[in-house]
Amino acid sequence: MSKYLLDKFLYTVDRDPDLVELYRADPAGMVEWWEAEMANAILNCHSGEKSTWLEFTETERDALVRQDHVALFEMGAHPFLTLTLFIAMFERDHGPLEYQIAYGRAMEHLHLPYPDIAT
Amino acid sequence: MATVAAVIASTHHPFYYRASTSTGDERPPFADEWVAKIETFRETLTRAEPDLLVMVGSDHFHQLWLDNMPQFLVGKAPFYDGNWYNEEREFGLPRLRLAGDEELSSHILRGGLDRDFDLAFSNELRIDHSITCPIITLRPQADLPIVPIYTNIFAPPMPQPRRFVQLGRAIREMVEAWESDKRVAIIGTGHLSLELGGPRQFGEHGPDPEFDRKAIGWIASGDIEGCCGDVTLDSLHLPGNATHGFMDFMLMMGVAGEGVKADHVDSLDLFHTMEAYFTWYPEGALS
Repeated sequence: MSKYLLDKFLYTVDRDPDLVELYRADPAGMVEWWEAEMANAILNCHSGEKSTWLEFTETERDALVRQDHVALFEMGAHPFLTLTLFIAMFERDHGPLEYQIAYGRAMEHLHLPYPDIAT
Repeated sequence: MATVAAVIASTHHPFYYRASTSTGDERPPFADEWVAKIETFRETLTRAEPDLLVMVGSDHFHQLWLDNMPQFLVGKAPFYDGNWYNEEREFGLPRLRLAGDEELSSHILRGGLDRDFDLAFSNELRIDHSITCPIITLRPQADLPIVPIYTNIFAPPMPQPRRFVQLGRAIREMVEAWESDKRVAIIGTGHLSLELGGPRQFGEHGPDPEFDRKAIGWIASGDIEGCCGDVTLDSLHLPGNATHGFMDFMLMMGVAGEGVKADHVDSLDLFHTMEAYFTWYPEGALS
């Protein structure tokens, strides 16, 4: 499990309007590109410096490619990051608050305690 | 010495700006009542005639990130830009720029460190809606310098709730010990029960109205001991998965003082969350 890397994906995509559109349009290609180019970038640091050890598990990569917010929640991805990015991608296809309400309803089967989000 | 002209605790609802400025069919049915309550709340700050504002909030993964996460951070800069691309996108929040007060920032950093709070600092801090929302609601002219203080209520592991209260007490002491003739308002924002990205989000009310009722009682009456006896890092998961933001209300209870009743208390039951507004006047109630 690499909750930190899931969060890093959600965080870096959410803050970049071009990446938001890319992830909406081509999730598989986007996740593959991101893991190759961005996963090991050290953020807020001299450009060009990289870590050497960060990669998704197969399950994590699959949840990101399927844009499955319920699976991401169950893995302990930070719910605020997932929600913010997914609203950016999908709210536009729905009426006011319709997407946010459906997003919660898709998780109605989940109960406390929620998965640990500590990284 | 500086005077604490007002202590203010508030929720920071990012939809207020859009709700209050929308017109016609776009205007939600609750907007007029919300605006009326905010204008009354704003008057409680205006009446205190502050010269500068200490602003307590929490970065929502904008500038502070998991590769380098401070627990408590004080801004020390001549200016602070406000709001981020994703806040414009989701909430329609405007960009703004506020002046800083580096002298008070330095005083709080030195005083905090000497009181055993290992405060982080930032000389280039872009503030987010936890601080810009109360500017929009309480001081929309955005004309006063600020000292921003960020707390971690977002990324575990977090400090214990009692530590927030202690920091609040220390901030009050430090402002009162500042050699200045300025009138300082100390403003902090947090949440009552709140769920974000979980099954209980965006309901007709906040996720736990019973917690909200208790929380408003603790804050309004200054019942720090009662609150600390009931609230733990674990218990805050129960009312909603983003309820750790309540610890910033606990910090503000520390600023206001044990057993000190708020001079202004108001709330508004909205979809998704309960709004709550509190003002204390340490100099005595202002008419």
